[in-house]
Amino acid sequence: MQLFPCPFCGPREESEFHHGGEAGNLRPDGAEVTAERWAGYLHMRDNPKGATREIWVHMTCGEFFAMSRDSVNHKVSGSSVLGEAEHGR
Amino acid sequence: MPNARATTVQAADGITVRSVNASPTAETDRNAVLDRFARFLPAAFYYKTFMWPDWHLFEPRIRAMAGLGVVDPDWQPRQVSDQINHHCDVLVVGAGPAGLAAAASAAAAGHSVVLADDRTHPGGSLRHRAGEVDGVEGRAWVEATVARLKGAGQLVLSDTTAFGLYDHHLVALNQRHADGRPDTLWRVRPRRIVLATGAIERPVPFANNDLPGILSADAALSYLRRHGVLVGRDIVVATNNDSAYEPASALAAAGASVTVVDCRRDGAAQAKTGIRVLGGRTIAAARGRNAVQGVQLDDGTTLAADCVLVSGGWTPTVHLFSQAKGKLAWSDQLAAFIPSEAIDGIGVAGAVAGTVSLSDALASGAAASGDFGSSSPALRGTGVEATLGVVSLWPKPKASGRVWIDYQSDVTAKDVELAARENFVSVEHLKRYTTLGMATDQGKTSNLNGLALLADITGRGIPEVGTTTYRPPFTPVPFASLAGSRRGSMHAAVRRLPLEANHRASGGVFQEYGGWLRPAYYGGGEAGASIQEEARQARQSVALFDGSTLGKIEVIGPRAAEFVDFIYYNTMSTLKPGHCRYGFMLSDNGVVFDDGVLVRLDEHRFIVSCSSSHVAAVHARLEEWRQDRFGRDAVYIHNATAQYATLTVSGPNARQVVEALELGAALDDASLPHMAVAAGRFAGDEVRIARVSFTGDRSYEISIRADRAEALWARMQHEGRAFDAVLLGLESLMILRAEKGYIVIGKDTDGTTMPHDLGVAGPRTKRASEFVGRRSLFTEAANSTDRNQLVGLAVREGEAPLATGAHGVEKRDGRRRSIGFVTSSYQSPTLGHPVALALIERGAARHGETIDVQHLGVVRQATVVAPCAFDLEGRRLHA
Amino acid sequence: MTRHYSALSLFKEGIAGQTGWVKAWRSPDPKPRYDAIIIGGGGHGLATAYYLAENHGVTNVALLEKGWIGGGNTGRNTTVVRSNYFYPESAAIYGLAHSLYKTLSKDLNYNVMFSARGILTLAHSEAAMETAARSVNAIQVNGIDCELFSVEDVCRVVPIYNFSPDARFPVYGGTWQPSGGTARHDAVAWGYARAASRLGVDIIQNCEITDFIIEGGRCRGVVTSRGAIRAERTGMAVAGHSSVLAAKAGFRLPVNSYALQACVSEPVKPIIDTVVISPDTGVYVSQSDKGELVIGGALDRIPSYGQRGNLPVLEGVVAGMLEMFPIFGQLKMMRQWAGIVDVVPDSSPIIGESPLPGLFLNCGWGTGGFKAIPAGGTLLAHLLATGQHHDISRPFDLDRFARGRLIDEAAGSGIAH
Repeated sequence: MQLFPCPFCGPREESEFHHGGEAGNLRPDGAEVTAERWAGYLHMRDNPKGATREIWVHMTCGEFFAMSRDSVNHKVSGSSVLGEAEHGR
Repeated sequence: MPNARATTVQAADGITVRSVNASPTAETDRNAVLDRFARFLPAAFYYKTFMWPDWHLFEPRIRAMAGLGVVDPDWQPRQVSDQINHHCDVLVVGAGPAGLAAAASAAAAGHSVVLADDRTHPGGSLRHRAGEVDGVEGRAWVEATVARLKGAGQLVLSDTTAFGLYDHHLVALNQRHADGRPDTLWRVRPRRIVLATGAIERPVPFANNDLPGILSADAALSYLRRHGVLVGRDIVVATNNDSAYEPASALAAAGASVTVVDCRRDGAAQAKTGIRVLGGRTIAAARGRNAVQGVQLDDGTTLAADCVLVSGGWTPTVHLFSQAKGKLAWSDQLAAFIPSEAIDGIGVAGAVAGTVSLSDALASGAAASGDFGSSSPALRGTGVEATLGVVSLWPKPKASGRVWIDYQSDVTAKDVELAARENFVSVEHLKRYTTLGMATDQGKTSNLNGLALLADITGRGIPEVGTTTYRPPFTPVPFASLAGSRRGSMHAAVRRLPLEANHRASGGVFQEYGGWLRPAYYGGGEAGASIQEEARQARQSVALFDGSTLGKIEVIGPRAAEFVDFIYYNTMSTLKPGHCRYGFMLSDNGVVFDDGVLVRLDEHRFIVSCSSSHVAAVHARLEEWRQDRFGRDAVYIHNATAQYATLTVSGPNARQVVEALELGAALDDASLPHMAVAAGRFAGDEVRIARVSFTGDRSYEISIRADRAEALWARMQHEGRAFDAVLLGLESLMILRAEKGYIVIGKDTDGTTMPHDLGVAGPRTKRASEFVGRRSLFTEAANSTDRNQLVGLAVREGEAPLATGAHGVEKRDGRRRSIGFVTSSYQSPTLGHPVALALIERGAARHGETIDVQHLGVVRQATVVAPCAFDLEGRRLHA
Repeated sequence: MTRHYSALSLFKEGIAGQTGWVKAWRSPDPKPRYDAIIIGGGGHGLATAYYLAENHGVTNVALLEKGWIGGGNTGRNTTVVRSNYFYPESAAIYGLAHSLYKTLSKDLNYNVMFSARGILTLAHSEAAMETAARSVNAIQVNGIDCELFSVEDVCRVVPIYNFSPDARFPVYGGTWQPSGGTARHDAVAWGYARAASRLGVDIIQNCEITDFIIEGGRCRGVVTSRGAIRAERTGMAVAGHSSVLAAKAGFRLPVNSYALQACVSEPVKPIIDTVVISPDTGVYVSQSDKGELVIGGALDRIPSYGQRGNLPVLEGVVAGMLEMFPIFGQLKMMRQWAGIVDVVPDSSPIIGESPLPGLFLNCGWGTGGFKAIPAGGTLLAHLLATGQHHDISRPFDLDRFARGRLIDEAAGSGIAH
């Protein structure tokens, strides 16, 4: 059972959280976006092995936030409220 | 209880036990005959045969022979297992001397401690090996230390096995109870973990080392000193280390004749009174059929014996440390793997850390508490052997006879040799090929002997061969402990209507729909007839329906209009306050995710009415887009679904019934036309009246505080009586909406359906502003002409309804292929014939075409028609 | 020396003390150049090696495995084989795999113990029965055996199921594929390895890819922990680690890696004779030939490369299993583990040339890769040998994501893999 730090509620059990995607996957607007760019936004992922920065939502408080962790050893290095870089997914 | 281990289950009056996997008993097992064919049945022989004529001919017999205990088909759980979450400063696993020292140190420093041990009585080796701590006899020191811990309010758990060390240092423990209660699962999250898990004595390799009467030397000592049982009269002890001499002496002192066969030449230096020591010798083979009768030594000497004790060194119990991804290092001195690099927050102490003497164990225990320990003076221990002096005594290749490595999985040294010969030289391959270490003890006694032999055969060092991965659980854990109380509705809760009791009183028969328990139909009659009758009556006069499960999510704020425009496929910002509009929500992949009516209460306030089963998901999406794209201050979202009951009056006489409710709102069609909302009051409470319809008839959805809904429902029923009002269950409502061609998302659409497949293409081409899913509506697939589109299907006069789930089929290139499927199909009592909705390839262009429809191999014909089969002009909405 | 496996050779070796068996596969040192390289010594990679040699006569092939063959998902799955798929594209690929499984033991001269003990997917509501009918009809139209089961049928096949009237997940019926079943996972890997090695393929273990050799915009080989190895065509079949290799090759994949857990009970005498899947609990259960109940469940929905089990998801899976079979409350869990699965948005595989020419993909099988091993091998071998798609693999090309032509079984049948 992992503990994730919600920036609003503090450390909580993993089962209260939902993975929202990789941070920085910005959504391109418009009907003119190329098919490749749109598929990149919808589907393509870095899926890094090791250090990763992701968007999570703490379902019990409803807040989305960014979290840095390691996808191999599962150590969490920190979390923060959504910054500009993570918006516009 | 299948697969209980005789030596670990507490005896109790009246328990019945029998041996497993023997027919009929272990002494007279008929399958023992297989033993004579052992030379033809080496490890993994089954991969090499049984292929011809077919594996199926052999498999049933093999399955019947495999497995141990028998599952009792009539077994019933008596009560659920408790599950306890616990936080503490220090969790100490193992209440031997090292663990006790660690717990005492942490407790003395004022920290909260949990001390867990898998045995009934704490003390570990101090319970049966001689030793003194600070001059106090070992067992007395154990009792005093435990009493002190308990007295200080610390938690001491006996019969409790720490079986898993999981991510972020959560430790899972299973506690057994002597009083017959089911086991308890503990999830302990300590700030520091001390692993004082001890070590397990290894067997000694020689031929026939699996005969009954051969057991570990430490076990024999434990039988003697814990239970007063002398395991034999003529005892041979086989060893390669000093630790076997205390058992040997003790058994001799208890009256047994004891001979120690010590592979070390100077083993005799350990000689104690009353025992004979044969140094520099090993056992070549044990003799006996159903029990050991003697041994033959490597020099040909034979010794008679009724019991052979083995002590092949000690394997530190590193399981939990390794589960935490701790690194191991090989110790030549101990002939074992021990923890090497420290892990943050985890200390190791005692035999698992490689200590031998009692003093070292106590010191390592105190140190293992780390920052949580006290600085009190070190405990001084004196034991019988302060040294181990172990030398290697591994199984050797080409030994004669059957030298057992894994007693449970029946793996011999020859099997390991065979595996190596066939290139299964990775330790994981060895395990899987021979099943070494895969039985219920998961290799606790066998692994090291197996990999040492593999190392020898392949010319590698033992560290180079490495170990297999240690996985939870340390010992098998009851499924019931893991499940705990998560049974029935505690496993997956059902949601219930505020008026459930009223519906039941009216004869409602309930079923689960999308997580909600709702009336399927009313009345005690046959389901099909009752449903038809409800659907028929609803069109005649008036019907009452509980639609409380419909989503009611409020969207409020200065950018609310812009927000709903983005969220919906349809333009919503042009909606006038006091009105509603039907629309689709898409996923960003362009697929219709939900449909429903959006209500605009005022300029900056909307209510998203979404499908009952989608409320949580829609709410989550709205929240995501709000926070991600619009900002917290621009929009506020509140899911009010459970706060309101929504009661619907539908039918030609609906308005008369609603008027009789005296809600204080103007109900004439000029004031409250179709797709408009009005505010009213009922018995002092605000109500919202929305003219939206899922039946195709004039309808009023009245929303009221859930806790005041009962009176309104009663009043509706009362006023409805004059109009022969009928209560609608969900099944008849399904018929009514299908007659009209109204869809249910997820039933009449699938995970590929886009809005233009449902005949709503306008916004796709016309909308200028961005919305969720927009770009996906223009991919190659979205633009293609062979998409499945919503249609109606008509059958020939007098025929029964099509089966829901039947497929439209056609032949292409000589092969039958699916062109879509029936999504909804009912007999319409009003129309007197069946109605059906379907998603059919190029369906919109096929109107009038007759297609083949196949269900479970039977093909019928149906004609593609428009989805709406009833009141095509929609007059009844206003009638 | 004994090479061929049979009852007779076992008997002869029995007389000779089992000393004449040759290595199941050779372990040569890598050569600097091959006609083709396969990265990944799991079932898909090994099958690719075998079919390259067997179907196409391409035998100058290196199969490179970071650890030991069969050590990833091939040896960590719940061994289910079935082909009851909704879309014709899926039916074609899994049907190919299924038909190859049926004769695999004889083809490889290695008993992979394919056992058609039937696959039962339950339906827990009227709505689920309608969806089940939709699936059964689609599968039948696809030419694959599948039946719609009533409650009585279910009761006949798994009488120990929880048919209590107050069961949380009552049974309304289900779908039944009689020819579905299980196979021995390790044997599939070892059987392919042995057969490929005999045909000349070099199986090289403990050989990790550190980089790709890219020249003229093409993949021309790989740099490994055992030196550079060149080939004009390279295939990768590395499941959950696909994104890691893709990053080295300079492109991204629509893959998320998750841990998928499974566990087994202590071995008991035969009690359940088929594979039972409950979509509502997300749990599937079968019993191995060794007597262990094999239990699989939902993904840990936390992207991960940590090949280990966790507690919360396991507890949910076990609770669901006991909801289905309350009598298993008398049993104990013996072993718990996890594999890293490569989950793609439509849960269908990706097979085809990668954005780096000369590098070919076989990934995205998610939780269902084992059942597809013979097909994955056949199709990747075809690509490596010809540079062209097999008809069956074409719809599964990576380009389907930009074209919007996803093949999402869950979209059609409501039940994913």
